Amino acid sequence: MKGKKINSNTLLLLITIALFFVMYIAGCVVYANKGFTHLQTFLNVLINNAGLLCVACGMTCVMLTGGIDISVGSLIAMDCMFLAVGMERWGMSAPLLCLLVLVIGLVFGAVQGFCIGYLEIQPFIVTMAGMFFARGMTAVISTDQVSISSNQFFVNLANMKFQIPFGAYTNSKGVLQIPFVRITVLIALVVLVVVFLMLRYTKFGRSLYAVGGNEQSATMMGLDVKRTKLKAYMLSSFLCSIGGICYCLNTMSGSVQQALGLEMDAISSAVIGGTLLTGGVGNVIGSFFGVLINGTISTLVKTNGKLLSSWSNIAVAALLCFFIVLQSIFAKIKESKK
Amino acid sequence: MSNVKKITGMRLFLPIFCMVLVMAVNILYDVASGNFALNFFTISIRNGVLYGRLIDILNRGSEIAILAIGMTLVVSASAGTDISVGSVMSLAASFCCMLLAGYGVSSTTDLAMPLIAGVLGGILLACVCGAFNGFLVAYLNVQPMVATLILYSAARAIGLLLCNNLIVYVREDSFKTIGGYLGFIPTPIVIAAVCVVIVAVILKKTALGLYIQSVGINKRASRIAGLNSSRIIFLCYVVCGLGAGIAGVVAASRISSADSNNIGLNYELDAILSVALGGNSLGGGKFNLAGSIIGAYTIQAITTTLYALGVSSDVAPVYKAIIVIIIVTIQAPPFKAYMKKRSAKKALAKGGAAA
Amino acid sequence: MDNNVVLTMRGITMTFPGVKALDGVDFTLRKGEIHALMGENGAGKSTLIKCLTGINAFEAGEIHVDGINGPVVNHSTLDAQKKGISTVYQEVNLCPNLSVAENLFIGREPKTKLGTIDWKAMVKRSEQIMKDLDMNIDVTQNLEEYSLALQQMIAIARAVDMDCKVLILDEPTSSLDDHEVEKLFKLMNQLKDKGVGIIFVTHFLEQVYAVCDRITVLRNGQLVGEYPIADLPRVKLVAAMMGKDFDDLAAIKSEESPTFTDADLLIDAKGLSHKGTIKPFDLQIHKGEVVGLTGLLGSGRSELARVIYGADKNQTGTLKVKGTEAKIGAPIDAMNLGMGLLPDDRKAEGIIGDLSVRENIILALQAKRGIFKLLPMKEQIELADKYIEMLQIKTASRETLIKQLSGGNQQKVILARWLATDPDFLILDEPTRGIDVGTKTEIQKLVLKLAKEGKGLIFISSEIEEMLRTCTKMAVLRDGQKVGEITESLTQETVMKAIAGGGANE
Repeated sequence: MKGKKINSNTLLLLITIALFFVMYIAGCVVYANKGFTHLQTFLNVLINNAGLLCVACGMTCVMLTGGIDISVGSLIAMDCMFLAVGMERWGMSAPLLCLLVLVIGLVFGAVQGFCIGYLEIQPFIVTMAGMFFARGMTAVISTDQVSISSNQFFVNLANMKFQIPFGAYTNSKGVLQIPFVRITVLIALVVLVVVFLMLRYTKFGRSLYAVGGNEQSATMMGLDVKRTKLKAYMLSSFLCSIGGICYCLNTMSGSVQQALGLEMDAISSAVIGGTLLTGGVGNVIGSFFGVLINGTISTLVKTNGKLLSSWSNIAVAALLCFFIVLQSIFAKIKESKK
Repeated sequence: MSNVKKITGMRLFLPIFCMVLVMAVNILYDVASGNFALNFFTISIRNGVLYGRLIDILNRGSEIAILAIGMTLVVSASAGTDISVGSVMSLAASFCCMLLAGYGVSSTTDLAMPLIAGVLGGILLACVCGAFNGFLVAYLNVQPMVATLILYSAARAIGLLLCNNLIVYVREDSFKTIGGYLGFIPTPIVIAAVCVVIVAVILKKTALGLYIQSVGINKRASRIAGLNSSRIIFLCYVVCGLGAGIAGVVAASRISSADSNNIGLNYELDAILSVALGGNSLGGGKFNLAGSIIGAYTIQAITTTLYALGVSSDVAPVYKAIIVIIIVTIQAPPFKAYMKKRSAKKALAKGGAAA
Repeated sequence: MDNNVVLTMRGITMTFPGVKALDGVDFTLRKGEIHALMGENGAGKSTLIKCLTGINAFEAGEIHVDGINGPVVNHSTLDAQKKGISTVYQEVNLCPNLSVAENLFIGREPKTKLGTIDWKAMVKRSEQIMKDLDMNIDVTQNLEEYSLALQQMIAIARAVDMDCKVLILDEPTSSLDDHEVEKLFKLMNQLKDKGVGIIFVTHFLEQVYAVCDRITVLRNGQLVGEYPIADLPRVKLVAAMMGKDFDDLAAIKSEESPTFTDADLLIDAKGLSHKGTIKPFDLQIHKGEVVGLTGLLGSGRSELARVIYGADKNQTGTLKVKGTEAKIGAPIDAMNLGMGLLPDDRKAEGIIGDLSVRENIILALQAKRGIFKLLPMKEQIELADKYIEMLQIKTASRETLIKQLSGGNQQKVILARWLATDPDFLILDEPTRGIDVGTKTEIQKLVLKLAKEGKGLIFISSEIEEMLRTCTKMAVLRDGQKVGEITESLTQETVMKAIAGGGANE
């Protein structure tokens, strides 16, 4: 049997992985004196983007069906605000709140999924309404910036360090620095693995690909397309809520302006990671690298120190644009081959 | 029954119905709070300019109306929406103020270059943004909303860069006039009216309207019938960018500054909502410009009313989002089919009872 | 129910807006038989099958399936599959982005003990299935890597593997070559021996006589009859399919065959081609000439016309129009040279559904005039009324949306669109598909009238009889290549022979 040929889709993924390494190594060379080479810098990229990684996994699933979910950033803001206000003002317990957040995510996703799957409304319109709705609801809960400090359980959870037995170094003051990750990274990596396995080994996972590949065929082959879409959006919002908890553990606060434009980061991560906008092709491993690229860009901008933070927005947008154009060109080549 | 259907089936039913609803809410509100019942409709002249809630809605709604024109064309031709309009507005405003104040200047009372050059610069940059969107959609076949998502997030950031991360103030009278008063009429009303009239005349006197609808309904068939489908879609996006540019300059002039983070915030929602409220299908095809314009002012009326009722600007999108979902649900074919089935069943039950 | 019967359909009725697609149709399928469902385009074959598989909802009638008590109504293909009814359609209904193995097993994947998909078992069983069918392919590759013919075979393999009682093959052979068709027939006979009832829908008469046991004929949504194959020889089958109107249609063409000189040369194509659809070809068309393009579905007849018109850009060769070399980058260029194309896919490339009849008629003329020269409303109305009357388009008014018209009338509107541009050269691709017999004759007469007026025409149709009646010359295509031209002795036999290949006119 022949080995699998490299087609345009795997090529896109390879470009992404290569791009990440080039970018990271370039960062190591240019900013070597600013500690870019330390393992901790890389781990910080993971820590800072744990929430994004969860969201990107959900986004990938939705995009596989040929849809999109731009409500994620606002949903995260709503989750964070709910957690913060719940703990600080209503004095509720952290685990209960987290559970509630996940339930809210499921319901939110179910409504969006119903509109998209069963009412056949364009995903973009539905999730855009969802985006404004969630952002508005955040303001309904509170318009203040609420910091979480009183809930000991949550604070402890956020401060937990998981040390890594290698890559330690002594800093300029002579203190030994042991690299570590936060619990959010562990959560995100579990999500990544679970979603990866789900996409590969469950009927639902394969249905996502089938629906994105050819909706009509999927129906003809006896798959319930509407239900698959409903579930996809539920999954996206659910994973987004997990991401929201991670995000909250990182920022320890809630505000209306939080996670502004995160949907863009999630979509660009998925697209950069080789998920086709037309659906049917993609993988969370690619999205993982997409997230890493996103994180590396903002870390580079931050490490530089002189650049405005807008630059990282622009760089991500430019990169998204580049990959969209690339996808479109590949699609055209494929078409002409037929 | 059939009469009711005739009225609800009319093209402008939806926007006018909503407008009437909003007015009713206003009258109720005024009565409840002990004001004159028709406060909403009262127009007077104070300090030499027109004054009144209606005038305020017409004035504030100008930007949305201008955006709605472009959005209507984009929706019709490409069955997708341009979600970058709010950000492009902000970019145009930033560029315009940056040109007028000079790069790096945060506040000025003198113009660094002629007003017209700054204004045209801002509008031109917005057109370029529109062309960029149009190129992606028309020639690279990227889904409209994904293509415009790029500028949705990047345009504001570029605006911030142009202004060196500052809020640039241009406190100069001729610039202020754009968002101020022309005689006793608010200038934005005039600008919006001129835009609407120009577009209406173009649609009336050329075949553009037919071309756009034809392409929006069936791109492939239109190509076979000799239309350059891609070019028409491209053109619509440029027009949409142009509208965003004009709206951006007006918005900047109102506050005599370029506040990149806040100008045009959530305007994409308002513009899309205007189109949907105007009775246009977001699935593309047939469009009705008058509907969109009425829709735009209805949205502004809703916004103003919400504020009057004490809803904060942060919360207002919740209501608008719900309205969007209701409208697109009513338009959705499965929903229509379901309602048809239900009314058929009802008729059957009635017939059975009669027999 | 008869023990031997697996499927009965009684009195199936269904209407599309304005058209009765099926009118009380009966159909019976027995165990271990291959039953051909025949009829012209638009006779209701596909609609009947879609009613059976739950894609269309029928209004009246009953379906009974062996082993199930009471009438059966399927709401989806999944429903139908669960009741043992599998279908393979003309267009491949598989997912190109998934592997062959997945396409075979999607929706019923083998599971491991943990309830996850057992990829190893899936690949192994897929390889076995492919081997049984004598197909040696890598089942882990994505479906899109394989040819359309192979994809079709995989679709059949999927249906076959699903333990079906009733297998519906809807035009499965249109993209297969002879060798593959033979393989398919072998497979069909194997299944027949196992007791599967097979409904076979095809355009190819020879194939019917090669494998089928019984034939049911439909015409205009009505049942003509059910016949054992021995009782219905070819000629009778054709007569049954076409109905008695056959005689009315004969001889509308004048017998004299005109001669053409170089001065009349309208289109002179040399070596035109489009990668992947049509290999380089030469073609000459004169004023007053009707050139028929014939060949099997997918042989490149539409594609050839599309290259001349610029709907697909020609990548090689030269095209001379009225003696001067023409560069055609898009349809509008061709239109400006006096061409017009009535595409075969009326819905996708012909009508603009949400526009009115008037707007649909003036569209091409308006496009030709350019955006700034809007046709005055008065002229638009005059034009629309003129053609509604001339072609007898049945519409409530000129402002009725075209999507509300019946297929035949939609076709007439598209025809009117091109006539309004007053073309010198008109390409008609399947202008009579799905149209009632009366309208067909009208369109054929119109074609001859246009030719008499000195216009050049390309006429493409699946029905050879129709082409014989209208064309002065026929070009034969096979596998995306023009293989010959027939100018003399245009008869069904010569044309059929040429299409089938292997000898004549090479």
